Amino acid sequence: MSLTVTDLSYSYGAKTALSQVSFAVPEGRFAALLGPNGAGKSTLYGLLTGLFSAPSGQIRVAGHDLARNPRAALAVMGVVFQQPTLDLDLSVRQNLRYFAALHGLSGRDRDRRIDAALDRLAMRARAGEKARDLNGGHRRRTEIARALLHDPRVLLLDEPTVGLDAAARSAITDHVHALARDTGLTVLWATHLTDEVLPGDHLVLLHQGRVLASGTASALHGTTPLRDWFLSRTAVPA
Amino acid sequence: MSLRPWLIAFRAITAREALRFVHQRERFLAALVRPLVWLLVFAAGFRAALGLSIIPPYQTYITYETYIIPGLCGMILLFNGMQSSLSLVYDREMGSMRLLLTAPLPRWFLLFSKLCGASFISILQVLAFLAVAAAFGIVLPLWGYVAVLPALLIGGLMLGALGLALSSFIKQLENFAGVMNFVIFPMFFLSSALYPLWKMAESSPLLRDICAVNPFTHVVELIRFALYLQLNLAALGWVLLTALVFMALALWGYDPARGLVRRKG
Repeated sequence: MSLTVTDLSYSYGAKTALSQVSFAVPEGRFAALLGPNGAGKSTLYGLLTGLFSAPSGQIRVAGHDLARNPRAALAVMGVVFQQPTLDLDLSVRQNLRYFAALHGLSGRDRDRRIDAALDRLAMRARAGEKARDLNGGHRRRTEIARALLHDPRVLLLDEPTVGLDAAARSAITDHVHALARDTGLTVLWATHLTDEVLPGDHLVLLHQGRVLASGTASALHGTTPLRDWFLSRTAVPA
Repeated sequence: MSLRPWLIAFRAITAREALRFVHQRERFLAALVRPLVWLLVFAAGFRAALGLSIIPPYQTYITYETYIIPGLCGMILLFNGMQSSLSLVYDREMGSMRLLLTAPLPRWFLLFSKLCGASFISILQVLAFLAVAAAFGIVLPLWGYVAVLPALLIGGLMLGALGLALSSFIKQLENFAGVMNFVIFPMFFLSSALYPLWKMAESSPLLRDICAVNPFTHVVELIRFALYLQLNLAALGWVLLTALVFMALALWGYDPARGLVRRKG
């Protein structure tokens, strides 16, 4: 298992955000963390990236315990945040260089990795453009390319398609599915949109801070369309 | 363990601060104009009202303009320290702080690198200010321009650490105007930047005592003595001590278990 979350609980004061969350993503799989707004997805991502820590529960990333050995866990983790994190005054390449340096990469090795990641996301031609001049889809692609620079084992994306138009959304969803399929990268993709989930994906259903279901998507929803299954499982009694 | 990744990251974080500064020319101009207005307008008017006696490190009577030069250097450091913490609050909302904090290096080192970057920028601004002041005839001992560099670095780090600590306790940008009013102005006016402490004591011993514990006073005095090639040990000790306290506070504020970085949504 590449990413294991065990009994994770978290609350903001009296308000419980996550309650005994447990799930595991097998190596090389695309896992969709599906949940409506307010399900606790962003809180979970805050915990997964070590931005803040939970008083109870455990997170293991490629075998590294995030609480005990945060630097080893962060070193094998690529993150695409929900908030935009590009420096708009810098070019695509400069943004990637800055991130590479944060991971201790420099020189020719760094440049080779940057070119490879940009190729992978079909962004090489735009390497010299300022981030400010890119559209939303290309900014997201830049952020995904950036998250791949240090060859992470696990890629975490927090609602990466928010604010994108339909074409850019489906292009990015396809790109990341292909990454998991072709390179054996483990992906955790948070979303509230069921059309971003493919039948073969691993699916974790999060609702009101609890994991309601976890397994292969097609096995979970069976013959019911995923959208209907999702709505029926997360329906809040009026 | 290799030091190389640390050095690479340090260089990148400081360079990013510098680049950001290059992209904000208005900020540079504002930082330069502010102390110059004080020097050329305020000081000129105030000179007649205030008689200065000879106090260390000065060996002769000095003009009021000469007296407030170190205080105005300190003002640049103070404004920059607070402004870079403003940018931290902004960074946090924009997510680039998240990016920084997920780098596989200790958090204290990442935050310290950011502080160093901001301090380097402050030093450049102070040097630009001193150059303009020299053009207006306020010339200091030549080696003073070199000796002041470490004083500026330490003072910049201390005030940056204060800003960092404040930024970890401020949830939103809107609250920042209050910090400007309640931190920058009291720190600046209740210090030896504009008037020497003995002058302050003439009107109120209590005010003098407040000024004497204000860490900003010690930054100003450290700079003042360094400009005249002297070391004010008491000021140095005081600045280092407060720098450590503020840095510890900042680290506590950014501690993941305390979770002040967390924001819902």
